[in-house]
Amino acid sequence: MNLHEYQGKELLKRYGVKVQEGHAVESVDAAIEAAKQLKNERDAHIWVVKAQIHAGGRGKGGGVKVADTLDKVKEKAEQILGMNLVTPQTGAQGKRVNKVLIAEDMYYGEAKDRHEYYMSVLLDREKKRNVIIYSAEGGMDIEEVAAKTPEKIFKEWVDPATPLEPFQARRIAFNLGLTGDAYKNMVRFVTMIYKAYVELDATLIEINPTLKTSDNKIVAVDAKVKLDDNALIRHKEYADLRDITEEDPAEVEASKYNLNFIKLFGNVGCMVNGAGLAMATMDMIQLAGGSPANFLDVGGTANAQTVEAGFRIILSDPNVKAILINIFGGIVRCDRVAQGIIDAYNNIGEIKVPIIVRLQGTNADVAKEMIDKSGLKVYSAIELKEAAELVSKVVAAA
Amino acid sequence: MSVLVNKNSRIIVQGFTGQEGTFHAEQMIEYGTNVVGGVTPGKGGQSHLGKPVFNTVEAAVKATSADVSIIFVPPAFAADAIMEAAEGGIKVIVCITEGIPVQDMIKAKQYIAQFDCRLIGPNCPGIITSEEAKVGIMPGFVFKKGTIGIVSKSGTLTYEAADQVCRAGLGISTAIGIGGDPIIGTTTRDAVELFMNDPETKGIVMIGEIGGGMEAEAARWIKANGNKKPVVGFIAGQTAPPGRRMGHAGAIIGGKDDTAIAKMNIMRECGIAVAESPAVIGEMMAKEVKS
Repeated sequence: MNLHEYQGKELLKRYGVKVQEGHAVESVDAAIEAAKQLKNERDAHIWVVKAQIHAGGRGKGGGVKVADTLDKVKEKAEQILGMNLVTPQTGAQGKRVNKVLIAEDMYYGEAKDRHEYYMSVLLDREKKRNVIIYSAEGGMDIEEVAAKTPEKIFKEWVDPATPLEPFQARRIAFNLGLTGDAYKNMVRFVTMIYKAYVELDATLIEINPTLKTSDNKIVAVDAKVKLDDNALIRHKEYADLRDITEEDPAEVEASKYNLNFIKLFGNVGCMVNGAGLAMATMDMIQLAGGSPANFLDVGGTANAQTVEAGFRIILSDPNVKAILINIFGGIVRCDRVAQGIIDAYNNIGEIKVPIIVRLQGTNADVAKEMIDKSGLKVYSAIELKEAAELVSKVVAAA
Repeated sequence: MSVLVNKNSRIIVQGFTGQEGTFHAEQMIEYGTNVVGGVTPGKGGQSHLGKPVFNTVEAAVKATSADVSIIFVPPAFAADAIMEAAEGGIKVIVCITEGIPVQDMIKAKQYIAQFDCRLIGPNCPGIITSEEAKVGIMPGFVFKKGTIGIVSKSGTLTYEAADQVCRAGLGISTAIGIGGDPIIGTTTRDAVELFMNDPETKGIVMIGEIGGGMEAEAARWIKANGNKKPVVGFIAGQTAPPGRRMGHAGAIIGGKDDTAIAKMNIMRECGIAVAESPAVIGEMMAKEVKS
């Protein structure tokens, strides 16, 4: 689950991590109030207005602006709230900004006394350990740093049986070239970040930039935090942090039926049981001359209700010119799925796009007979190869 | 022969009396699998499906000499069940549970490394040795006895491949579903190595998907060990949108071998026959074995 910057910072603060303080707001009036409040609380006289969306590169798209008067806070908040923010990570369609974070400015004092670092914690799948990735080249696109100057990226792997040990935290601070108070503050900062990562059951904490201020504080100016969906069972309080306005409406609808759905941009919709077979089916659609409109795994409990919900979600996409249903029945019985297809057809009414149904496995023959006898205008197949040929035929005719 | 499990394996079910455990244990027994008992804490001393129930794995192993365990325990407790199985003396631990928190699996993986055991999964369909032992949730009827080993990250794609292999006139020695989670016990390479060393297995189907570097690792191992048996490979996710699962920084680690196309190229370079479409896995395997 992705969190907004302001949510991530709130959680990190609970672990003693120093963050750039601020207040998240949804209106221009509230933005001005937040700026005044920061002035009273933190003696802020320069503010940063930051769009809160689930995508990076916000500054590049005009979603982060500095204001040095309250009038300018108003002006910037007016510009950013409600804008359609396009960044390198949002895709061309962009994302609507519903919230802004009014934050204090941390770039006070002389530029030469400040420095931006990069820091993240995530799982290294190869080593099966959590790793802290860090660099003195912060504030910019870390993938670019990794590609051009890999020697400037450091990694520290942590034993799962222990916390981040003090010698490791010291090594990180030394590798970043820090001394004195800044060194001590970095040791504390990275120790707390790692503790937060483990205790929050995060899958990613990325702080870019991690700022050394001109008075040697180490501060999280940004925070990208992802929580492990599997671990929400033991962190029920975090379920409220989900922002469904950030998700595709069709994906939100699908999740209500326990369907694993991802919207894509092609012309052939598909409904499959199992994630691997679903991806393979998408590949097959492409090889057959089509292009997948979605990923949809109906899971191990495909029944009339889920099949109908899947149909409706796929059909809500006007780009869809054909639908392929590919079920390999194991525990899922094909005759039940066939009944689901027949029911869905009757409930939805007229379905104008051609449907290809491939049912294989448990009771496949019974299912095919049911479909054939139902009078539904569907193309039915038993082997995957036949289904691929039917996709080619249908796409060519569309 | 075959690998990991056979008709002599002595199997216990952890989470035996739960809904999932009960349903699949029944199916396993019906297939002819030698299920010798089960574990449900607090229900020790009872009998379930005609088999004894124990409070702990340790007690179950002592009483039944079990050497294989299959786990149907809810996600919050599954990593603990894996550690209990390892400590209790189980040699092959198959964890079906989906949705185990990553931090739990990191700990469990390190903990079980001190024992002489092998973990399959989690989040996997299990293992089946055709017509001998089904330690998993796969539809048994698809797997006809034969000489092809299958290793796969995905459940239904394993059944699909097995079905095609059988229709092509071959059969399956053992199929291993290694699971799709970021942290798993047995890797593609481990499974391939088992098949390469199994005299009964004459060819291998290796099915992977986007993410991680396991298929590339297995492919390089196959080449380094002289391509002793024909291997057909398939990678699902050529059309998957990038960046939907891994974070920004995640691309730094293992990023280069991550995409379907990159993996397929590495497999080809290592002498593996790559199926572009999932519909031709069976016929390609038949061709490879005959040539």
